[in-house]
Amino acid sequence: MESVIEGRVYKFGDNINSDIIIPGRYLIYIDRERLGQHAFEMLGEGFPDKLRSFDILVAGRNFGCGSAREQAATAIQGLGIKAVVASSFARTFYRNAINDGLPIVESPELYAAVEEGDRIRIDLEAGKIQFADKEYSFPKMPESVRKILELGGLAEYLKAQLVK
Amino acid sequence: MTIAEKILSTKSGKASVTPGEIVEAYPDLVMSHTATWRSASVMQRIGATKLYDVDRLAIVLDHISPAKTEKYAADQQTSRNFARNHGVTKFYDVDSGIAHLVLMEAGHVVPGDLIVGTDSHCTIYGSLGALGTGIGYTEVASVWITGKLWLKVPESIRIILNGAFPAGVYSKDLMLHLIGKLGADGCGYKSVEFYGGSVSGLSVSERMTMTNLAMEMGVKCAFVPPDEKTAEYLRGRLQDPARYRAELAMADPDAVYERDIDVDISRLEPMVACPHEVENTKPIGEVIGTHIDQVFLGSCANAKYEDLVVAAGILKGRKINPGVRMIITPGSKQIMLEAMNSGVLQTLIESGGLVTNPGCGACAGDGGTLADGEVCLSTANRNFIGRMGSNKSEIYLSSPATLAASAIKGVIADPREFVK
Repeated sequence: MESVIEGRVYKFGDNINSDIIIPGRYLIYIDRERLGQHAFEMLGEGFPDKLRSFDILVAGRNFGCGSAREQAATAIQGLGIKAVVASSFARTFYRNAINDGLPIVESPELYAAVEEGDRIRIDLEAGKIQFADKEYSFPKMPESVRKILELGGLAEYLKAQLVK
Repeated sequence: MTIAEKILSTKSGKASVTPGEIVEAYPDLVMSHTATWRSASVMQRIGATKLYDVDRLAIVLDHISPAKTEKYAADQQTSRNFARNHGVTKFYDVDSGIAHLVLMEAGHVVPGDLIVGTDSHCTIYGSLGALGTGIGYTEVASVWITGKLWLKVPESIRIILNGAFPAGVYSKDLMLHLIGKLGADGCGYKSVEFYGGSVSGLSVSERMTMTNLAMEMGVKCAFVPPDEKTAEYLRGRLQDPARYRAELAMADPDAVYERDIDVDISRLEPMVACPHEVENTKPIGEVIGTHIDQVFLGSCANAKYEDLVVAAGILKGRKINPGVRMIITPGSKQIMLEAMNSGVLQTLIESGGLVTNPGCGACAGDGGTLADGEVCLSTANRNFIGRMGSNKSEIYLSSPATLAASAIKGVIADPREFVK
């Protein structure tokens, strides 16, 4: 996983639930490619293709609420999205993102500041987001949890543990 | 310590824990449902072959049961083979019902247990004093192999209930009231404990609805502290009765809570959650007369025996409106048998209902699919856009009583007219 992520943001509101991110009927898949083809399709015509031209999702409170489906994180990666910044995350999505190797950052301040299409730069190591000429700091993850993300997810982490 | 603190300290081998602390905890039970094949595929992919403790696994094939396509059939076959090859004794096939209800009925959940599983509504186990919380399928595989996972100790909130429900009002209405008031993340990442004079009078079934719906305000876990009703529910269900130790799920007198929320439940009305978020709740008076095409009496929230009895009590001797189809999906095989023996199923069928096999049913998109523009009133716990079919369909949520009254009228209706 790269420690610096840069790109254009797409902005959602509050309470984007995991049924919206990936509908239940696609949980028969677990691969990024196929899940990405149906990510956010509930939002109507043009989705998910519209999101492919963005790099980072920004959302309000409680992103990923609802179902514990891990494929919500996988589907977002399937769109080519490199990170999600939200005011807050639902706990199951938070865990699934880490376990799936999708970087997530909590920053209500950045959510309030950005608009669709803005470019931001996230430095996971430093715990800072750069937008326009301002810096937004965010709390770093606990070291033990960050290791999972750094290795690209829990499966890779487990594999490394098994080899030891 | 609060109940969540007590359970997390016990399961991580610590004398005490405080909110915000991250612990490595060893769950007593790891539940996986239809997602089992995904966890099995993770094990295969990383080359793991050994389980930490096979007796801690519980597998229930509940979503999409029986299989409706070859893909589902193949996935279920993978799950069955996994269970057989590893000697998983707590394996329940497609005939059994919804995982949560099946595991509680079978006596696999006792006060003080830590239970994780591939389903957000694992919070329901708190109805029996167990800490239940949802995780993804990769993490389930990880707990299968290592026996443990990291968990953050949540802050706790007390919800204090006083008074008694008026006729026609149930714990579903209480929860919709709370979710509407507090919001979808009103208790985000918190542990909730229910107290107050009302609680001892609430059945285990009502408590299941409470701890299940608590998920929709963002909780990590929710509890009703064990009491005589809990003991009574578990009597005869436990292989080893000594496993019942209520004190493992009792908060200390000096436990620290983030806040208290007081509710006088005698002042509540029937509530309905409107499309497309559970927090979008309204008192029944504001939605009476809303058009419906289908009603769904099902899900882990409200398809227990008591729920079927409440609906049948209203439907007995009456017919549902010809403009409405009524789908009834009992929560488990045991519930279905009980409803069959007592005549409740007959009442529901004679009133015009379609009874399906037990399981998650239409709540998980298995049958009862909605077409463009259709409206469903459901006793489930989620009304998210497209959850039951078209993204141009709508789902309202209510109690079984409101559902039964509405099925008769053909539009959303007040159950108090039928329940005195």
